[in-house]
Amino acid sequence: MHETTPPPGATAPVFYEQEEHAHGDGGTLFGFWIYLMGDSLIFAVLFATYGVLGRNYAAGPSGADLFDLRLVAVNTSLLLLSSITYGFAMLEMDRDRIRQTLAWLAVTGLFGAAFVGIELYEFSHLISEGATPQRSAFLSSFFALVGTHGLHVTFGILWLITLMVQVRRRGLILENQRRLMCLSMFWHFLDVVWIGVFTFVYLIGVMR
Amino acid sequence: MFSNSDLSQLLFGRLSLEAIPYHEPILLGTFIVVALGGLGLVGAITWYGQWGYLWREWFTSVDHKKIGIMYVILAIVMLLRGFADAVMMITQKALSVGAAEGYLPPHHYDQVFTAHGSIMIFFMAMPFVTGVMNYIMPLQIGARDVAFPFLNNFSFWMTAGGAVLTMMSLFVGEFSRATWLAYPPLSGAAYSPGVGVDYYIWGLQIAGVGTTLSGINLIATIVKMRAPGMTMMKLPVFTWTTLASNAIIVTIFPVLTATLVLLALDRYVGTRFFTNDFGGNSMLYMNLIWIWGHPEVYVLILPAFGIYSEVVSTFCSKRLFGYTSMVYATMVIALVSWLVWLHHFFTMGAGANVNAFFGITTMIISIPTGAKVFNWLFTMYRGKIRFETPFIWVIGFIPTFVIGGLTGVLLAVPPADFVLHNSLFLVAHFHNVIIGGVVFGLLAGVQYWFPKAFGYKLDPFWGKVSFWCWLVGFWTTFTPIYILGLMGVTRRTQHFEDPAVQPYLTIAAIGVFIIMAGIAAFVFQLFISYVRREKLHDLTGDPWGGRTLEWSTTSPPPPYNFAFTPVVHDLDAWWDMKKRGYDHPLEGFRPIHMPKNTGTGVILAGLSTVLGFALVWYIWWLAALSFVALIATAIVHTFNYNRDYFIPAEEVVRIEGQRMAQPAGGA
Repeated sequence: MHETTPPPGATAPVFYEQEEHAHGDGGTLFGFWIYLMGDSLIFAVLFATYGVLGRNYAAGPSGADLFDLRLVAVNTSLLLLSSITYGFAMLEMDRDRIRQTLAWLAVTGLFGAAFVGIELYEFSHLISEGATPQRSAFLSSFFALVGTHGLHVTFGILWLITLMVQVRRRGLILENQRRLMCLSMFWHFLDVVWIGVFTFVYLIGVMR
Repeated sequence: MFSNSDLSQLLFGRLSLEAIPYHEPILLGTFIVVALGGLGLVGAITWYGQWGYLWREWFTSVDHKKIGIMYVILAIVMLLRGFADAVMMITQKALSVGAAEGYLPPHHYDQVFTAHGSIMIFFMAMPFVTGVMNYIMPLQIGARDVAFPFLNNFSFWMTAGGAVLTMMSLFVGEFSRATWLAYPPLSGAAYSPGVGVDYYIWGLQIAGVGTTLSGINLIATIVKMRAPGMTMMKLPVFTWTTLASNAIIVTIFPVLTATLVLLALDRYVGTRFFTNDFGGNSMLYMNLIWIWGHPEVYVLILPAFGIYSEVVSTFCSKRLFGYTSMVYATMVIALVSWLVWLHHFFTMGAGANVNAFFGITTMIISIPTGAKVFNWLFTMYRGKIRFETPFIWVIGFIPTFVIGGLTGVLLAVPPADFVLHNSLFLVAHFHNVIIGGVVFGLLAGVQYWFPKAFGYKLDPFWGKVSFWCWLVGFWTTFTPIYILGLMGVTRRTQHFEDPAVQPYLTIAAIGVFIIMAGIAAFVFQLFISYVRREKLHDLTGDPWGGRTLEWSTTSPPPPYNFAFTPVVHDLDAWWDMKKRGYDHPLEGFRPIHMPKNTGTGVILAGLSTVLGFALVWYIWWLAALSFVALIATAIVHTFNYNRDYFIPAEEVVRIEGQRMAQPAGGA
């Protein structure tokens, strides 16, 4: 065993800190990373479910019958653009410019809202064609995966609006910077997930 | 205009007076006892005017120590409920042989075993483990609180909310009859149309959110808030096991949440994930739920291993043997725990190679576990052993757990599992490791750390009575159950035709009553120790000659834990400090930065519970209302930036002054 204790009688070292240290904010961002990891496991379950059930059409429509890739391409570019604009907002935050930060956040929110809007249109279109979540296990897993992502974006928008109000009220104080940072991570995370959805559900789906 | 039934359906969903089981004498009797007890408690609190105190000092507290105690209290209450289910099950089994029918009809019996399993894992073992981790871990690393104190309070109340919803099913409606993991298609809408499975789903979902968040919280605490000098390889072993356990929690509870959401969608919306028709696949559910379920048992056992490690090294007055191997063993167990889930359904027919893979990974887990057992034994070897109450639990644990582990390795052999699958042998095995490992560990932890939390020791005599009743009761119960399993008796059976099984079941029932005596002795121990607290008082803060930092502060610790953040130079930091003549600092106190209490956690969890109840009963307006209120409250909470305060230096001087009369350290 490694014995690091010096023999008794040696000069006693420092056993406690006299000064109070302010706690850094590293804990929040670290914790949020862990949260994102947990959230990605939720998506992992939904992807796995789609992987297992994605071809169980139960004599109903398949992805090739249903998906309109042009619409999804528009949707994808909206979401990717929103990630860029969020990046611009963060750059403005670093320059401590409130108005510009808010403006880019607003643009991000609008892109997000457009994304959700198009997704809702797609869903209602599918349902009106009889491709409901109840129709087959394929459609159940499709709606669960894409819908969960859409719900995340919706909550992201709600969060974004809340943060815009808070930035307007209190400015870019340290707490608000930290919150913008967390939402930034969340927003980019949703982008990454969407790339998976776009590839595995839509692109591969139309080839089946 | 609505007709009367339309209106009541709109207002109350499928809830009606029929849901109150007043025609079932057992439930009615239970209800009366619980209601009288509850009224008595509420009345007593009101009579003594303690509501304000409870609200200010406990319910809204963000102090990890108080939250830890509340977790343990919740766990002990739920232990009593879950144990009552166990008593009902075994007596029903023992009475219901041949022509006799017993006293529990199948639909009630099925609820009892489902409730027993769900409650014991989710609302007894989980809160117990989380509570002990919450209380002890920040003290062991020299921190003032956890990384996210408000989140901690919220997590506790979500767990409590899930427990409330589960308990409510006893008196309003029914609980699930679809076993503790709710396998579809049985748990689907077609075969379980009632509210039982819905209670199960929402109870677990609400508690699961709390567990996930508390996992994130405790990991961030260990990674970010260790005292200066405490490198990872100087972490106390219990903190290491806490880290491993919470790392597993944050990887598996999201899986449980997603899986239960899919099951809920099948039930509420009519999707086809796990149905027999339209392309659903119920075996997908088995895989997903066990990807959560198997690591879950390591979430429970690893902190228990940590407790044994602390207790062994303290009561042998010796550094733990093989600290490094202990750390690696813990992490290897955590890693492999993610790779064994399929051994729960070898009979699914995944094929010989798949079964072989998961059989081998399962057996591999016994290697690091065995290394741990040897480490404990070698720590005892040539140690100065003190047979105090916490330590005798370790003595009971080692042989019990080794036998449980051996039967586990037996079950890991796929051909053997094909014979023993779904038998009472399996039931005996997992009770062997959960009771002999987790419960013994937690009870050892209570005996060990109680003086830290309350400032007086627990009565040793009644502690020993409790231990012997548990140990003897456990083996009296589960030896016959092992034998019955080898004879081929299946689990979850409400009635037996063959009278040959009755003697075994009767012995098992006697064993359960011995365990009951053990629980009673434990509760009595808490009571008598409170009565004799003056005599059992510990003024040193270090009654056992402890080795880790939690023993360096007063018992109970002040709200800020440590007036000065300790600096760590060695593993077993407190032992090192005592050996080198550490004196408690007497001056130079500064104001201490602390988080403020908040009621938001209680409100959010309360709204979640209402939401769960509304969803169970299809009361859609209430569900929508409580959901909107939930989001609104969460948003409003974020507008409160004023979340912390300073304990003034004079207050710190006053609190620290109270310990001046006491000797510093014990060495």
